[in-house]
Formats: sequence, structure tokens, C-alpha cells
Amino acid sequence: MTHVVDPEKRAARFIALEVHESTHDRLVWGMRQNRDKSVSGVPEWEELRALASQIKEHTLTHLDHYLEEFGANATKLGTHVHWARDADEHNAVVYDVLNAHRVKSLIKSKSMLQEECGMTPYLQKRGIEVTESDLGERIQQLSDEPPSHIVVPAIHKLRTDVAALFAEKIGTDPKDADPHNLAEAMRQNARPKFMAADAGMTGANFAVAETGGFVVCTNEGNADIGASVPPLHVASIGIEKLIPRARDLGVFIRMLSRSALGSPITQYTSHFHGPRRGGELHVVLVDNTRSTRLGSPDFWHALKCIRCGACMNTCPVYRRGGGLSYGATYSGPIGVILDPGFDLSKYRELPFHSSLCGSCTEVCPVKIDISDQIYKWRRVVAAKGLLSLSKKVGMSALGTTLAHPALFHTAESVGESALEHLPRFLLYNPLNPWGKHRELPAVPKQTFRQWYLENRRKS
Amino acid sequence: MKLGLFIPCYIDAFFPEVGVATLELLERLGCSVEYPLDQTCCGQPMANSGCQDDAAATEDLFVRCFQDFDMVVGPSGSCVHHVRFHLDAMEQTPRARKVRAGTRELIEFLNDDLKVADFPWAPAFPHKVGLHDSCSAVRGLGHARPSERVNEPYFSKTRDLLSKVGGLELIEIDRPDECCGFGGSFCVTDEAVSAKMGFDRVHDFHRHGAEYIASADMSCLLHMKGVIDRLKLPMKDIHIAQILNGGPQ
Repeated sequence: MTHVVDPEKRAARFIALEVHESTHDRLVWGMRQNRDKSVSGVPEWEELRALASQIKEHTLTHLDHYLEEFGANATKLGTHVHWARDADEHNAVVYDVLNAHRVKSLIKSKSMLQEECGMTPYLQKRGIEVTESDLGERIQQLSDEPPSHIVVPAIHKLRTDVAALFAEKIGTDPKDADPHNLAEAMRQNARPKFMAADAGMTGANFAVAETGGFVVCTNEGNADIGASVPPLHVASIGIEKLIPRARDLGVFIRMLSRSALGSPITQYTSHFHGPRRGGELHVVLVDNTRSTRLGSPDFWHALKCIRCGACMNTCPVYRRGGGLSYGATYSGPIGVILDPGFDLSKYRELPFHSSLCGSCTEVCPVKIDISDQIYKWRRVVAAKGLLSLSKKVGMSALGTTLAHPALFHTAESVGESALEHLPRFLLYNPLNPWGKHRELPAVPKQTFRQWYLENRRKS
Repeated sequence: MKLGLFIPCYIDAFFPEVGVATLELLERLGCSVEYPLDQTCCGQPMANSGCQDDAAATEDLFVRCFQDFDMVVGPSGSCVHHVRFHLDAMEQTPRARKVRAGTRELIEFLNDDLKVADFPWAPAFPHKVGLHDSCSAVRGLGHARPSERVNEPYFSKTRDLLSKVGGLELIEIDRPDECCGFGGSFCVTDEAVSAKMGFDRVHDFHRHGAEYIASADMSCLLHMKGVIDRLKLPMKDIHIAQILNGGPQ
């Protein structure tokens, strides 16, 4: 049987840590506030959103054409172009390239796609040392945890956590939690690995069909060292990263970092057009369920995502429960709608880890109807018979009660104690956890209906 | 015009005074209002859990109860949002479409349909009030400009109505339209997150000196009142219908 991720239980554990949760909420909400400030400096923001959405929709509905155009143009530039149907093919292609070059150590920048494919453990099992070059990713790698946020992977950790981790893994002073000292210690530790790596790997934020080039956005410049120092550069690109023209980049580059962190642009926006002199460049274009999603009328819009993380920053559930509560590559609202597409059974609870507040849909720079898709995934879970037993039984009983006025009026009749009364038709759950942190309302002397009968229908 | 009064299940059972205030308010504004006695619920609890099959019969009952009215008005953004945008478990017959299109949340009905300029009985509520616009009201029904849309001109239908109430002082909070964490069955299935969101929301109001949290959604208030009572904070909750109708009865 598949292991089912229980986001509620995992979130409760994070909240129980108190300082972690409150710090996390404050920092991540701070990114949302920075986004608001930054966006208010761009009066045409809503037009940009509409344009970005249209460009993505156009590309996705002509994807075969743009993929071929990109492949042909990249090849002309001297890039080796590979195609991978799924995660296994991606990993195999990457390994074959690395193996052909006798690569023993690899430096990589952040790539959600490589996370999605489980590439690092795959390569490590085959004897290749893999080092993350993004500081947050490196922290997560040393912790043996997936990233908890698309943009700031270790945001759920306190600096004292990082101090303890570095003390254990790279021998720093456990009492020194100064961020500058910690960053410098990691720099000193990682630098030799960067310089000695046999190959560098990156993802891509955008792949441009008309040029055959691709763009990687980072704030640490770490993708550039990986792509510039070793002789071999391999980039993994999801097929949804395509855009038609170089000039379309202007729309997305203006929105990406403003949505993510509130800065006008990432510190580094690096364009790769073919291999550098004396080097070799490979790109792997990966499907891994994307074309299946493209065929789904309800869910294909999720492919517009540019991985900015704005939906996570604004999500009240994400901020309280933390990114690791999703137990998946993608967390937050975008994770809730992406992860079930990879494994519905495993991620069946994720669509319920949301209060459906709708803020994610409002901040999304490419206008994905995230909140509506969360709602629709709930229907898919129910229709496939994957609801938890308590929901299944509870909703069936509730539906019967509410469809019959007489049953409903008996159920709500005053005289029962509130505790027996509530779960039956308001709180829907026999194991009522309402009272753990909240008081129950007092039950009034009469219902509105009874009042109405006495006061308006006396005749 | 014949108005059907929609009193959601949990208001009927727990907050009859909100139903009474809504009815009286509409009557005082000259509306002819009737409460269909067989109504129970709009079907949202089941539909929100993905259970379309379990929601269909309740939705059908809702449509049958209200099909003979020109419009339907209810004091709950979340239930009205369900009726207008999600009530599709039942077959979409002409009467279903008519009922759905004609259903209004109380604030939008007062604002958009009645275009209330003032309340002749001059309601007064001399208190510091924190306004909680529910997510379904703000982002679903468009009661106010959501905080995410920073470049669009600000508006709030609820504030406009409350500005006609004497002595009422609206206080500002740090996160104006952050979700309170109720979220329907989310409040019990994701108890820890829901409760923490409720604590944070209530503290935001308390920190800024609110005596009352006012909302057009009683479900959010039910949740926040549960938190207020647990923390024993000196704050009360009130539905906006009660304020407009002249204060708690």
C-alpha cells in the first residue's frame, strides 16, 4: 500500500515548536509584504499578469512546435539536446553524460525538476559526489531534508538550527549563530568543491524557442560558478519552461523576483547560448507527467507556473505548518495542485491542507487559478474513493441529514448537550478536535426557524 | 419583489439572533421577505470536501425551497459563494440556474441591489470595531479590494455601510484580509493550523484595541469567538446585520 502523506499531523508538529512557527510566519509574511511594496511600484502589474498568462497559454497550446524549434536552435548553437519521458529517463540520461566524462564530483544549483526526479540520490548511489551550491539547498542537503520552499529552501530553520548543523557537519563553533559567520564558514567549506568539480548542473527558469538559449535566475551567482568552472554543464529543463521569443523574457523577468522576494530582479540572470569555448553543454528536456497534465481541462493551467513561490508566501496554511508538512517536492498552494498529479494516492490529503482563502490565486503572476484547482482536486480525491474513512462516512451522513428537513430539525433540536450536538451536523467529525484550542458556542433556547414560526407565522 | 430569506444551517441552530437581525433589517428597509420553512443548508459542507454525490440532494432541496422567489438573501458570504459559484452537484436545470444567479449575500444586496444611502432609524454602535471580511466575501464575492491587488483603487462595501452607523470607530490591523482559519471542515481536520490562524487573527484585533470583531460571516466569527473565549480576551463578536439593525438585541 502507498504511504499516504499526512500534512495535518506534520504541520501540527511544526506548530508545536512555537518559535519556529512564529519566526517562519513572520519571515514568510515579510516576503509577501515586500512583494506588495514592489508590485505597487509597477502600475501596469495586472496587465503584465494578463500578458504573462497569455504567453504561457499560447506556448503550452503550441508546445510541440516550440519544443522542436528550441531543440533545433539549441543544436545549432552546439548544445547537446536530450529528451526524457520521465524521471527515470532523465536520471539515466544525466548519468550517461556524466559517466561518459568520468565525472566523480558534481556541483549543482537549485533545480526543482532535479528534486522532482530524485536525481541526487540516484547519482550518489552510482558513485558521483553531488554538492548543492545554493546556501539554502546546501543546508537542506546536509540536513537530509527536501527544500521546504521553492525560493528559500531552508526558511523553516532558525539560525541556531543552522549553527548546530554546521557544527556537526563542517566543524563550526556551535555557539556562533551569526549569519555572516555561518555563510562564510560554508563558503570556505564549499569553495574547494566548486573549484574541483568535474561537472556543473543547473535547472532553467526559461527556455527560449527562437534562440535555443535558456535563462537561469539566482541570487547567489552559484549557477554561474557551476556553469563556468567545470568543463561540462548539464541543464535539466521541464518542457513547460518554454517561451517563444527572447523579448517575452522581459515580461517574466520583471515579475519573477518581484513576486518571489519583492526585489526588482534576481541578482544574477544568466543567459546560456551554447557551450562556452572549450566546454560542453547538454540540456535534458523532461516531460515527467507534464503532457498528461496538459491534457487535463481542469489542471493544465498549473503548467504556467514560473516557480516564484508567491503563493507560498501568502498562504496562511503554509506559513503556519511549514513547507515540510507537505511531504513532497513542491509545497504550499502550488504543491497542493502539482503533487497529486504525480501520485494521487500518496498526496490525497494535500488538497485538504488549505482553508481555500484564495489569496494564492490573487498573487500568482501568471494567473493560475490555484484555489479553484485545490477545490477541484478534492472532487477528484472523492470521486476516486480516496477520502479518509471519517470524511467519507461523515459526509454521507451529513448529506442525508441536510437533504431531509425533518431529519435536520431533529438533529438540531435543542435539549441535547452541545458536545453531542455539534459534531452531528456542524463539525462533521465524530472525533471532534474543535475543543482542543477553542470553546464551543452556547446552544440558544430556540432555533431561528422556531422563532420565525412563533413571531411571523402565528396565524 | 419577493425575497427569500436564506438562513444557513449553523446560523439557524446557533445564532438565531443573526437571522432575526437580518430579517428585521430587510423588513425595515421595505422588503417583502419570506423564510421557506423546509430549508436546511446550501450543500457546501459536503461539496467542500469533494463529495459531490453527497451534496446533490441538499442542493436540490435548496433550489426547491427558493425557486419561487425573485431573489434570495442570506447573511453569509461563504454559503452565498457556494450557491453562486459551486452549486453544481445537482443537474443545472433552468430553475437551478435562476436561483443561483439571484442569490445575494446581505452586504452586497444592501449595497448593489437596494443601494442603501442611509438607515432611517439611525443605528449607533459607539465601539471600537475590527472588521473581518471573510475570504469568500472579499476574494470570492468582491466585497472589497483584496490586499493582493495593490494597484487597484481601494473600496469596501462593508466599510461603506458601517460608515453610516453612529459612533462606530473602525480600527486598522496588521493583516487586513488574512484568513481566520475556519475554512469549513478544515477547522477540525487541520485543527492545529486552523487554531493557530485563529489565535493570530484574534490577537491582531486585540493588539489594535478592538472591542468587537464584526463580520458578515458568522462561521468565521464562530471560530474566532471560540478562540476569544478560550483565551479569555476582553472582546466580543458581532454580525454586521446586528450592528446595522441597531446593535445586539
